[in-house]
Amino acid sequence: MEEIYAKFVSQKISKTRWRPVPAGSLQTADTFATGSWDNEENRVSLWSIGDFGNLDSDGGFEGDHQLLCDIKHHGDVMDLQTLSVGQQWTAAHYHTSPGSLSCRSAPCTGVVCSNPEIVTVGEDGRINLFRADHKEAVRTIDNADSSTLHAVTFLRTPEILTVNSIGQLKIWDFRQQGNEPSQILSLTGDRVPLHCVDRHPNQQHVVATGGQDGMLSIWDVRQGTMPVSLLKAHEAEMWEVHFHPSNPDHLFTCSEDGSLWHWDASTDAPEKSSLFHEGGRSSIFLFHSISNQANVHQSVISSWLSTDPAKDRIEITSLLPNRTLSVNSLDVLGPCLVCGTDAEAIYVTRQLFS
Amino acid sequence: MEELDGEPTVTLIPGVNSSKKQMCFDWGPGEMLVCETSFNKKEKSETVPGCPVIYIIRKDVDVYSQILRKLFNESHGIFVGLQRIEEELTGKSRKAQLVRVSKNYRSVIRACMEEMHQVAIAAKDPACSRQFSSQVSILSAMELIWNLCEILFIEVAPAGPLLLHLLDWVRLHVCEVDNLLADVLGSENPRKHESFWKLPGTTQTLTELELKWQHWHEECERHLQDGTFASSPHLESLCKIMLGDEAALLEQKELLNNWYHFLVTRLLYSHPTVKPIDLHFYAQSSLDLFLGGESSPEPLDNILMAAFEFDIHQVIKECSIALSNWWFVAHLTDLLDHCKLLQSHNLYFGSNMREFLLLEYASGLFAHHSLWQLGVDYFDYCPELGRVSLELHIERIPLSTEQKALKVLRICEQRQMTEQVRSICKILAMKAVRNNRLGSALSWSIRAKDAAFATLVSDRFLRDYCERGCFSDLDLIDNLGPAMMLSDRLTFLGKYREFHRLYGEKRFVDAASLLLSLMTSQIAPRSFWMTLLTDALPLLEQKQVIFSAEQTYELMRCLEDLTSGRPVHGEPDAQRLQDDDIETTKVEMLRLALARNLARAIIKEGSLEGS
Repeated sequence: MEEIYAKFVSQKISKTRWRPVPAGSLQTADTFATGSWDNEENRVSLWSIGDFGNLDSDGGFEGDHQLLCDIKHHGDVMDLQTLSVGQQWTAAHYHTSPGSLSCRSAPCTGVVCSNPEIVTVGEDGRINLFRADHKEAVRTIDNADSSTLHAVTFLRTPEILTVNSIGQLKIWDFRQQGNEPSQILSLTGDRVPLHCVDRHPNQQHVVATGGQDGMLSIWDVRQGTMPVSLLKAHEAEMWEVHFHPSNPDHLFTCSEDGSLWHWDASTDAPEKSSLFHEGGRSSIFLFHSISNQANVHQSVISSWLSTDPAKDRIEITSLLPNRTLSVNSLDVLGPCLVCGTDAEAIYVTRQLFS
Repeated sequence: MEELDGEPTVTLIPGVNSSKKQMCFDWGPGEMLVCETSFNKKEKSETVPGCPVIYIIRKDVDVYSQILRKLFNESHGIFVGLQRIEEELTGKSRKAQLVRVSKNYRSVIRACMEEMHQVAIAAKDPACSRQFSSQVSILSAMELIWNLCEILFIEVAPAGPLLLHLLDWVRLHVCEVDNLLADVLGSENPRKHESFWKLPGTTQTLTELELKWQHWHEECERHLQDGTFASSPHLESLCKIMLGDEAALLEQKELLNNWYHFLVTRLLYSHPTVKPIDLHFYAQSSLDLFLGGESSPEPLDNILMAAFEFDIHQVIKECSIALSNWWFVAHLTDLLDHCKLLQSHNLYFGSNMREFLLLEYASGLFAHHSLWQLGVDYFDYCPELGRVSLELHIERIPLSTEQKALKVLRICEQRQMTEQVRSICKILAMKAVRNNRLGSALSWSIRAKDAAFATLVSDRFLRDYCERGCFSDLDLIDNLGPAMMLSDRLTFLGKYREFHRLYGEKRFVDAASLLLSLMTSQIAPRSFWMTLLTDALPLLEQKQVIFSAEQTYELMRCLEDLTSGRPVHGEPDAQRLQDDDIETTKVEMLRLALARNLARAIIKEGSLEGS
């Protein structure tokens, strides 16, 4: 079983993100940032998992993560991204009430970067596009949504995708002038709020979302308005979903119910289907549940969009040893995974695929 | 209730002039609000208060310590784990599991102690350093007491192994051993003894051990009397010590830091097979001998003594008084309760001691801006008053972001606290309406299944439509789905929007019957009927006949209903007259259009097919 190190850090962790390693380098991730929430004084901290420990008998690294530095943060930390900036944009998100001139600040719920552009979304239903070197927002879409926008991700560079609290995915194209989304996708039925979204690293039309009922949905944005798969996952809100950046057949989700799951859709290794694993891991097999599958372009089949239930099984593993309070955030880079919980603990593992 | 043991401490509030003696206060759940007042009967002039701020006074400062937070979080995990495995704890493994839990708690305390010690050494400010050091000694005392309770109450070591456990206990807590004699006292002889004893659980019975020890003791005594060690006074006193001679032991008082070290050493040499029930005799005499009448016992001594006397309630009571935070007594009592050691006598307020302490601890957690999440689980495991306490506390958590609100709602929903869900959703929905986030407001009312609020939001939408002539937030209204059924007004809104859509798609017949059904089925509010009828005008004016005769009759009936029900106005003013004029014009136009349509419809229906 992968070694997973836990450390209690006296602050509830709302976000964790690995510092990106330069593309093409052989380095593994060694620094991550965390943001806290619900403290009178919140902090953004940088941690290192470098060679602080000694080599143990297996040649692995021992020692848990050490704090490098931290700074104060006004308000809860809602999202983290890495970029070099020299600006601070205050009052990017605000509420105005009709008939009054005063503005109340609104929480900004998500931020995503694609050097040098930064896109933010917030509870005020507003989308802002910033550039790293500009003082003012380059573009603002007011009232993009009548409900709260929970998360945002880039599809292709001029296009972003947002999810909101009435269960809709909206695609926005910055090349177009209007304030309307170019496409809206949603699940009919109950309007379950969607909390997180992530795009497949290689196939830009495959998107995964997680909802308030813990359901994981895989969407193909070229096809229709319904999700391709709906997978019953967690018992409570799913806070984050991530495709592994270099092994996109692996997906990770974390939830309010205190668990972190590793979804493995790779179909090549037959031994993965064995039920005999070392203790501490619970593996479940699950078939895809397909709804509304239009004709998929056959030459590019992602294992997430495949239609053959007999061939495609997803292996799900729970990575945390005990049930804890909500796991708010996770990030994966190479063989390393980090996650943070409301029990004020950070878990790190460096051997995801052991 | 017991009387206080001492004078209450005086706390000065900075900035407030305490000589004027004018302050007012109010109690909160875990703290007190204090501010300066100035009730001055003699002078009527306005005086500026000397201190214009309100102070919050808390007794429990531990909750705000960064290092102790780790203690709270880790022990929360252990606590919840213990409650969850309760059903599985049966038979022989039960004791071993409970001992393991106890050791987990202790290791958490030790980890905290280590960290605080590091911080105390590294602190630059001496006052800070002193504060941390005193915190370290409190933690050390807690671990000492817990360890003893583990040996006596949870492990329930019988005579024989009891002494070994007590030896470990003392060794763990005695740091300074740097003298040869002290070495002998501390380590060498016990080792000799251990090889003598072997490990507990072996085939040797207590009587066998006792015989062996007796034999060895007699031999020592013989050596002493024969004067074998007469040449060396050190060796002689060593021999006396090994015989358990109290006077000899007391001579080494500086090496024995405290009376319980003295006790265990004494037992080691004179009564190694002491039975648990006899412990307190030796404990009391050790304490008296050690203190020698010079000083009086400290709170820690009393607690340990109560433990030796197996008076669990006294231990808990004394700890509650001595410590400033409920953490220790709450967790220890809970663990002892799992060992089925606490009698279930009820306290004054109807719950038993374990529950009382857990409630106090959890309430203290709720007073903290961040640790309230831990408190929830503690309330869950208080069968009598836990749920009610949770209901009261959870509504009062300030909700600054939606994310926090979602977590609180999830906690309420998991425990079926529908009232709290409703009230929290209502607060959030109101905030959303005030911020003009109608979509958010609607999703909150859907979550709470609050039909009344959904009606309110729908009215807002309809009002916006009337004012602006178009719908805002079409993305929401177009995609209501089954949530539309939540309230009649919401259903109306959805259907009305559908009417507009049908009209836009030029499906006039469908649009017409939908419009009519909106009025006849009574889901349209009366105030809106005029708008609906006005919407019908373009349909009536179309070249082809859209409304059938039957439908036209219905429309006319609706119009008459509307106009006849209009109340007589009081004093007409200019605006009203103008409005009335517009109204009358509209009504006339409608009547005309309806009549014309009726005529055409009758003719069309009366004609043969195909004509």
